[in-house]
Formats: sequence, C-alpha cells, structure tokens
Amino acid sequence: MDLHATHHPDLTIITVAEARIDAAAAIRFKDAMRAATAAGAGPVVLDLGNVTFVDSSGLGAIVAAMKQMGGDRRLDLACLTPDVAKVFRLTRMDTVFTIHDDLRRLNSRATG
Amino acid sequence: MRQDGAPLVPRQRPRAVTPETAAQRLSLSTPASDLAVRDVLARIRSWLHASALTDEDRGTVEIVLAEALNNIVEHAYPADAPGEIRLDLALDQARLVCVLSDHGTALPGLRPPDGTLPAHDVARDALPEGGFGWFLIRDLADRIDYRRAAGWNHLSLELRHSRL
Repeated sequence: MDLHATHHPDLTIITVAEARIDAAAAIRFKDAMRAATAAGAGPVVLDLGNVTFVDSSGLGAIVAAMKQMGGDRRLDLACLTPDVAKVFRLTRMDTVFTIHDDLRRLNSRATG
Repeated sequence: MRQDGAPLVPRQRPRAVTPETAAQRLSLSTPASDLAVRDVLARIRSWLHASALTDEDRGTVEIVLAEALNNIVEHAYPADAPGEIRLDLALDQARLVCVLSDHGTALPGLRPPDGTLPAHDVARDALPEGGFGWFLIRDLADRIDYRRAAGWNHLSLELRHSRL
C-alpha cells in the first residue's frame, strides 16, 4: 500500500496513493499506517482524496489504524470522495473522526 | 385509506416486454478471493457505466455487492479452498436485481444476518473494526432474499433506481 507522508512541525499528513481500501488491501493498509505513524507522536491527518472506494474491511482498517497509534493521538480524515463519505456517514463513523473537506487550511496552519 | 369492500385495483398494468423495457443481463463466475472480487466489481462498474444509473446509484451498487461478495469469500468457503461465486445481474428501468450464488456453507439459521450497526459511541479502544457489512447491505438494498437449494446459497439483492 503506497502512502506518502508529509511531515510538518506539528502535523503529519499521510496521503493514500491508491484508489481502494478494500478487503484485498485492508491488512496492507493497516501495516503501512503503522510504519508511517511509528516515528512521531503528533496528530495525523489521513488524506483520502485519491481513494474512491472503502468497504467495511477498509473502514475497519482505518479505525484500527487510529487505535494502533495509541493513547489520545489524533487521526483526522480529509478529502473524502462521495462513495467513501457515504460509508462513513451510514455507519456513523463520521462521528468518530474529525473530517476535513480539504487540506488547504491544514497546510497553511502546518506551515505557519 | 381504502374503504372496506372497495375493489383492489392494480395500480399499474404490467408493462409489455419490448426491447426497450427488457432487462439487460450480465452473468459472471469468479473464484471466491479478495482480489477476484475486486476484478468482478470493476467489470460490473464498467457494465453499469453505459446505463442510465446515477453516479450515486452506481456507488450504492458497488458497496452492496462488495459487502455481499466479501461475506462469501470470508464465510462460505475455507480460506485454503476458495470455491466459485456466480453472479447474475438484471437491470431494467426500475431496478437492478443481483443474484449471488455459491456452494459453500449456508448462512446461519438459513437467513441473512440482522446487520445491527456496531456501537460507535464507545471508548476509542473499543471502537469496532468490522461487523459493518450486513448493516450496509440491509441499509442500502431495497429487498433481500436468501434461498438454500441443492447445496447452493442464492442471495438475491434488489436495488431500485433513486431517480425514478
């Protein structure tokens, strides 16, 4: 699973470079997220702008990725495409995560 | 409200089957594996691409079929001996009917699970990492039928078009 991490002083943005987080990708996604978040301790924003499809396994893997970060370390989501937003909304997982419409404000905050 | 004794009149006469109203059909067979499910969903997506379905309806179809196929991959067959899944899709102007057939383990109690939404208002460590599949199917499909016959499971999922 290709993830691209951009490290800012008080924020890490992780962009998923693949189009699907589904049953075939869920374990690889969770493992890649563990590797990508292992070094830091600050908040992470997961940029899902390239992801067009998340099934229940992928949703579970995103929840697992947050839980494995430990403690109260934040994992927010950004740039949900319509079908992905629908899965989060129907399962009420949109109430568990803070969801940002776009990265512009986050980037300007991150760069000061 | 209907008055007692009033005759029951069908709301609509059945439409004659003409080339315009006849269903388009697609039949597929696939091994029951995660990667094969991905390929099947891509083929169905391109089949639906030419249809009059809205983007939202196409997304709904993909979610429902993904969850139903994932369940078969995960629960019907042993992981080391994946069997076959057959799909028969019929699309007309009102609805898409998908019949998914496999010859694996029957659904418990010979009925589709209730699909209760896992609790989300819990401590972070207790948040659910699964169990959403049947909830999504039940929430999005307009009709679900399950039949076990001659060692096969037949799950029929009907989705009506939102634009009608």
